[in-house]
Amino acid sequence: MDKNYLKLVIVGHVDHGKSTLIGRLLVDTGVMPQSKIDEVKTVCESLGRTFEFAYLMDYMEEEREKKITIDTAQIFFKTALRDYVIIDAPGHKEFLKNMITGSAQAEGAVLIVDAKEGVKEQTKRHAYILSLLGLKQIVILINKMDLVGYKQERFEEIKKELLVHLTAVNLTPAYIIPISASDGDNIANKSQHLPWYNGPTFLAALDSFKPTLASQILPLRLPIQDIYNFGGQTILAGQIESGTIKTNQEVVFLPINKKTVVLSVKKWNQELTEAAAGHNIGITTKDDLKIQRGQVACGLEHLPQVTSEFNAKVFWMSSEGIKTEEKFILKCATQETEAKITKINKIINSSSLETITNQSDEIKETEVAEVVITTTNPIVIEDYNYIQELGRFVIIKGEDIAAGGIVIK
Amino acid sequence: MEHLDQLENKSIYIIREAYYQYKNIAMLWSIGKDSTSLLWLVRKAFFGKVPFPVMHIDTTYKFPEMYTFRDKYAKEWGLDLIISKNKDAIKRGIGYATHDAFTCAHELKTVALQQTMAKYGFKALLLGIRRDEHGIRAKERVFSPRSQDFKWNYQDQPAELWDQYKSKVLEENHVRVHPLLHWTELDIWKYVKRENLPVNPLYFAKNGLRYRSLGCKPITNPMKSEANTVDKIIEELATTKEAERSGRAMDKEQMYTMQKLRSLGYM
Repeated sequence: MDKNYLKLVIVGHVDHGKSTLIGRLLVDTGVMPQSKIDEVKTVCESLGRTFEFAYLMDYMEEEREKKITIDTAQIFFKTALRDYVIIDAPGHKEFLKNMITGSAQAEGAVLIVDAKEGVKEQTKRHAYILSLLGLKQIVILINKMDLVGYKQERFEEIKKELLVHLTAVNLTPAYIIPISASDGDNIANKSQHLPWYNGPTFLAALDSFKPTLASQILPLRLPIQDIYNFGGQTILAGQIESGTIKTNQEVVFLPINKKTVVLSVKKWNQELTEAAAGHNIGITTKDDLKIQRGQVACGLEHLPQVTSEFNAKVFWMSSEGIKTEEKFILKCATQETEAKITKINKIINSSSLETITNQSDEIKETEVAEVVITTTNPIVIEDYNYIQELGRFVIIKGEDIAAGGIVIK
Repeated sequence: MEHLDQLENKSIYIIREAYYQYKNIAMLWSIGKDSTSLLWLVRKAFFGKVPFPVMHIDTTYKFPEMYTFRDKYAKEWGLDLIISKNKDAIKRGIGYATHDAFTCAHELKTVALQQTMAKYGFKALLLGIRRDEHGIRAKERVFSPRSQDFKWNYQDQPAELWDQYKSKVLEENHVRVHPLLHWTELDIWKYVKRENLPVNPLYFAKNGLRYRSLGCKPITNPMKSEANTVDKIIEELATTKEAERSGRAMDKEQMYTMQKLRSLGYM
């Protein structure tokens, strides 16, 4: 197992310093090639501005002109301990789908708050989204401490307000660190300006995160992705989402509920005796069950739920909302079915967490809703807290993903 | 799971997903280290087969070593190779001696690709680009739609989460699929070593110079290096402060060249 690699997302309200923090980190740890720093210098000079660390991430012309991050970007950096992928997420409400696209790939998160402005609308919304995405590891940075005279009182004040919200969305931060991203305080090195703070620097805090491990000890779930018939042999291909598959093992395909025995487990020209979660493999089976994409191979014990109706929490990303009874496509792992929302139990403001209504027939952009979903064809699902990969789904409206959702009880 | 296995598994998932969602698909092979690694991953994904055409966009300005490499492995791996050339532009005399790099890149690559796409009607293209190559590529999606006139609407990209990608495009559009987006240059070389992949000899140092990124001969410069084996390249990359594409003149011609080219449909 390789533990020396971690994906991290930086979130927070607009202008609280996400891109600047990343730029500073790259320069301080010396991973940014000089030519890229020079490129930013040239751009800043031509615009008559001082050096903008954010431009190392904000690469679009439009982003630099407007001084905002429009889309998520990813960049690589390393500490003595390990390699990181840093995912920058935009802080504007209208780019929420980009923030979610970035955050859904992360194993840990950094929430940044401007010390002067304090907790704002997107600070709260992003914290809630992280929680919905199942991100548990989080570090809080109180940025721009230089603008509030490095005062501990201000730090404590924000910390207190933020902790109330984080508790409400079920997040426990590992550290809360006062920093100044533009000046480099408490980023790679301990700050002389903040003697009252005794915790780790941001870099040291990052190294305390743990990578997500594949769920090998859970029961087998192998959603079939495609069926190949190169050279006369039928191979069922897919990614093992949880558990382990072995040759000679008896498996059941759900929802069709048909059993067979695994004859071989393949990776290109390799014949394996077993393969575990995270591996993309192919299997051949004793009986030809005419398996299609979307069937899930499971072990015979601890079977998942097969249902056409379930409770879920959905977060709406598209500018176009949805009404109850409106048909859409639901995708969960490789399963795909027509579906609709039959009942909306509650609509929540994803920033304030206040209940907007429990009597609506429409969900709108940035809202979170507790709903009942009915699918045209039965699907295999799991509780989100048990096997995440089968406890989460997306809703497709028209051509694109319009919402994400998680299965709840 | 080892890091390279993680990267490989994710790429294979993406490749299989692209093939399932868009049967009329091809991959672009520039003969460089990245797209050759991609080709290798395609072979892994389909148990040794490459079930769709492999397209080489030939500007006619490539290094002779690249053509030799292409023909050797196209034969050895049984590829359905499509060679794409903008014959009209070549006839009109568009070339590096008389035209700027932006025009050449657009005419000889993007337009050539447009012509081949129109001829075969591919709905999806697999490409070996990586996020760490360039700031604007760091903003890409795994499944990235292109309009009929090849435009990339980078200011409004579709959401992607949990292995769910864009699976539908309008009839006249196509989707660019990027299975190597999450790899770094160093990862590629470690993979080349682990899998014992063939790579073009131009990557290895000769007389103190080697090519780190391969493009058209007139606008691609070698860098100072003594790395003449895969191991030495891996060692060199672990400490270098030089950008990978610093030998690619086109990137530096003016600000936002890459963004502009890419928004017009460049790879």
